[in-house]
Amino acid sequence: MRITCPLCGDRDRREFYYKGAAVALDRPEPDAGAEAWDEYVFLRDNPAGETRDLWYHADGCGAWLEVRRDTVTHAVLEARLAAEAAR
Amino acid sequence: MAELVAKSPCDGVLPLEIGSVAAREEDLGVITALLPYRAQGAALSERLKAAHGMAFPSPNRATGKAGARAIWAGREQALLLGPAPDPGLADHAALSDQSDAWTAVRLEGEAAEAVLARLVPVDLRGSVFKRGHTVRSQVAHMAGSVTRVGERAFLILVFRSMAATLVHDLKTAMEAVAARG
Ligand SMILES: [Zn+2]
Repeated sequence: MRITCPLCGDRDRREFYYKGAAVALDRPEPDAGAEAWDEYVFLRDNPAGETRDLWYHADGCGAWLEVRRDTVTHAVLEARLAAEAAR
Repeated sequence: MAELVAKSPCDGVLPLEIGSVAAREEDLGVITALLPYRAQGAALSERLKAAHGMAFPSPNRATGKAGARAIWAGREQALLLGPAPDPGLADHAALSDQSDAWTAVRLEGEAAEAVLARLVPVDLRGSVFKRGHTVRSQVAHMAGSVTRVGERAFLILVFRSMAATLVHDLKTAMEAVAARG
């Protein structure tokens, strides 16, 4: 598996640390209510298909990336800086 | 008062010469991490040019030359190698002295590329990785930095605590490459 880091280029999976679903990029407002926060903290989708994850380029540039990939085909579709994805 | 004697990271384990490849420790002088403040990248680069003669390197690149070099070291980070940093740089970036934090090894020789091919999961062949190119990647299992500084020469940086491990991994790879003849 390879991920194309927007800064470093095409790199082997071993350079990256996997965090999980990219929910941290969509944190609810503090006053969003219990339901929104319950979903943010506890509920996760388990898609057969396209998913958005956070990966950390630990042994590379040190950037957090938002990676779109397909859990069925294992294709990595896109990677961009989490800092940009969160804007 | 105790007499404290400074030792370099690779004291006692380098130099090493196996086959066509030599590994020796580099004394880079002062090492300073440059971390530009938001939207200060261009101003920092100008200041760096005026003070030390090189631009702030873009990703995967190194600027300057032996004795005063800047190598890209990660997202919005570079390492200034050599001169003590001009105080004016601090107007545009956070500076951190990392002189004692890194192990620096120069790997040089005909088969240096073949040695690194066993250690670094990035294509470092001369056709794609030219002088002035650098990568942050793994060296064996360690986070490190590799820069091409010559036709057959590379500058390898890993954290200081990893010095003996780096030399061990280099030696193993150099022996394996030399054994192939
Ligand atoms: Zn990267």
